[in-house]
Amino acid sequence: MLKMSQITKVYRTELVETHALQGLDLHVEEGEFVAITGPSGSGKTTFLNIAGLLESPTSGAYLLDGEDVSRLNDRARSRIRNEKVGFIFQSFNLIPDLNLADNVDVPLRYRGWSAARRRDIVGKMLDRVGLGARHNYLPSQLSGGQQQRVAIARALAGQPRFLLADEPTGNLDSEMAEAVMGLLETINEQGTTIVMVTHDPDLAHRAHRNIHILDGQASDVPDLAPGNVMQFSESLRV
Amino acid sequence: MFNYYLRLALSSIRRTPVLSALMVLALGLGIGAFMTTFTVYHLMSGDPIPHRSDMLYAVQLDNWDPNRPPTESARDVRAQLTWQDGNNLVLADTPATRQVHMYGTGAVVVPEGNDPPFDESVRATWHSFFPMFDVPFLYGGPWGQAEDEARAGVAVIGRELNDKLFNGENSVGRDLQLDDQHYRVVGVIDDWQPMPRFYHSDWGRAFEDTEQVFIPMNRAIDLQMGQRGNTNCWKMPDEDLPLFEGFLKSECVFTQFWAELETPQQVAAYKDYLDNYVRGQKAIGRFERPLATFISDVMEWMDVMRVVRDDNRVLLRLSFLFLLVCVLNTVGLLMAKFMGKGGEVALRRAMGASRRQVFQQNLIEVGLIGVLGGLAGAGLAWLGLRAVENMYRGYQHLVHLDAVMLLTAIATATVFAVLAGMYPVWRVSRLAPAGLLKTQ
Ligand SMILES: Nc1ncnc2c1ncn2[C@@H]1O[C@H](COP(=O)(O)OP(=O)(O)OP(=O)(O)O)[C@@H](O)[C@H]1O
Ligand SMILES: [Mg+2]
Repeated sequence: MLKMSQITKVYRTELVETHALQGLDLHVEEGEFVAITGPSGSGKTTFLNIAGLLESPTSGAYLLDGEDVSRLNDRARSRIRNEKVGFIFQSFNLIPDLNLADNVDVPLRYRGWSAARRRDIVGKMLDRVGLGARHNYLPSQLSGGQQQRVAIARALAGQPRFLLADEPTGNLDSEMAEAVMGLLETINEQGTTIVMVTHDPDLAHRAHRNIHILDGQASDVPDLAPGNVMQFSESLRV
Repeated sequence: MFNYYLRLALSSIRRTPVLSALMVLALGLGIGAFMTTFTVYHLMSGDPIPHRSDMLYAVQLDNWDPNRPPTESARDVRAQLTWQDGNNLVLADTPATRQVHMYGTGAVVVPEGNDPPFDESVRATWHSFFPMFDVPFLYGGPWGQAEDEARAGVAVIGRELNDKLFNGENSVGRDLQLDDQHYRVVGVIDDWQPMPRFYHSDWGRAFEDTEQVFIPMNRAIDLQMGQRGNTNCWKMPDEDLPLFEGFLKSECVFTQFWAELETPQQVAAYKDYLDNYVRGQKAIGRFERPLATFISDVMEWMDVMRVVRDDNRVLLRLSFLFLLVCVLNTVGLLMAKFMGKGGEVALRRAMGASRRQVFQQNLIEVGLIGVLGGLAGAGLAWLGLRAVENMYRGYQHLVHLDAVMLLTAIATATVFAVLAGMYPVWRVSRLAPAGLLKTQ
């Protein structure tokens, strides 16, 4: 479903050139649940941005569903983001002055669907994350875990086949993190492909496959026990 | 999508009430100041009688003190005539289609019944006044040549006075008492307010009300009704004559004189006529200065009279600059406001909004601020014009804050807000969509 080859990304500022990705090769199959690990600054977020068409690679090829998407114009990229990709962020990123239903509605607005159809989907999505009774709540009236569930409902509203999550449990305590992880697993079982960046080795271990990014290059990590992954990351950081 | 954007704009404005209020205020002040000066300027510089302004000519004759500096333009000559010159011309067989000679006076109106008497301005004029200046009649019509010659006690009154004295009924044939004299009403003028009031636009009088009473000039002269308005004399009236007669036969100017000239040939012939008239007067010892006569059509006359004063022009320019400053200020405030929008924009972009959609959404917000600024501006312009009215006597007709003005204010403010917003909105739409993930 996703195939990147020899992707590089260079950030140029006046003072420095940062090679965030340096010839990254990576592919994800339809229906997979992939966890990305790696030390801070290794390029995980950069990878997600490119995978989600929020940024363009400096060089390399990126095929999404067999289509080369690395050189599309803004409109086409926005459309693909809207139709194929869902995002979940560490800090939820709900719009504070919109109620839950309107927050979940955001991606659907750019779909051009009728109000009835949108309302129907929003209701279903909020039900699915267990917040069906709280359409008119504002984000500030929810706990962190509940907010992240709303964000997941939003990411799923447009029925994307591809879900990108950047440390979705990073701001949650372990109990809430567990609930969110459980939700992601259910979603994956129902067919959505998930790529999740995480620092939590236990969560990473629950994914089908772990990919480790180091210095802007990816490598598949063999099936390691949770403890070993930790050690592995630690050792790489030195 | 428009409704959605509008809703988002409203909630965004509510989210930053102070900043939004500042922007609305900045735009409102700029628009308000500009609308105020523009309205004043527009009314001052307008053509008060568009379909006839190029055939009506104000007449000037230079009868002044021979020791004064030489005359170079119409502005150097008195705007008014002596009674004797005006009277000679109005009685003469000149090349003009029509002529009118007149002056402003006043009288106490004594209503029938028990209502208290009150003072009214009166225009003492000739019957030609009404057709020349295209005065609309509600009832009846002007008096005629016969009444002028008979020095008759007839009057034309304005609608306002007719409402007051006769409850707005057709008062033709009714009696009107001015001071201790009785007049027969022959006509009632409908609402009529040329702006500026060109036919008597002495310094400061160009925006005064039209008179509510018109009577034959000959009658007013017979009754020795005193002039109201500027009177200029360069030498004392003959003291051997009775006071009023001495004044009439003096070199004092206090009457207005207009001629209707329809073709260039007529204009040239009339000008020759005036020159010959002055030559004739020189022969009997008057008009000691070099020959100078001027005729100016309405718009030229407004210029000669400096109805639009130079300070109005300066003010208009200044207020436009002020508007620009306000708009620049709004740009700054918008930049500040949109700075806080990075998060939401990145989010919407991630959810599939294109640059264009982000641009539209924010442009609508800016437009909404513009509409609010326009409303504020119209309100301030209204206050500003009220203030102008109170400061200057005779500006009462400057303002009617009507729908047109309100719409103009809103449209202007919206256009300027959108112009001001273009750059910030463009900037916001170019924000990197990746921003969200990176700032974690
Ligand atoms: N917009 C940018 N401009 C300049 N340099 C950048 C930019 N974005 C990322 N970088 C640099 O690229 C490198 C990779 O950053 P990235 O955010 O992908 O790391 P990460 O693996 O997600 O780290 P973390 O685990 O801390 O989130 C870093 O050195 C970072 O400083
Ligand atoms: Mg990161």
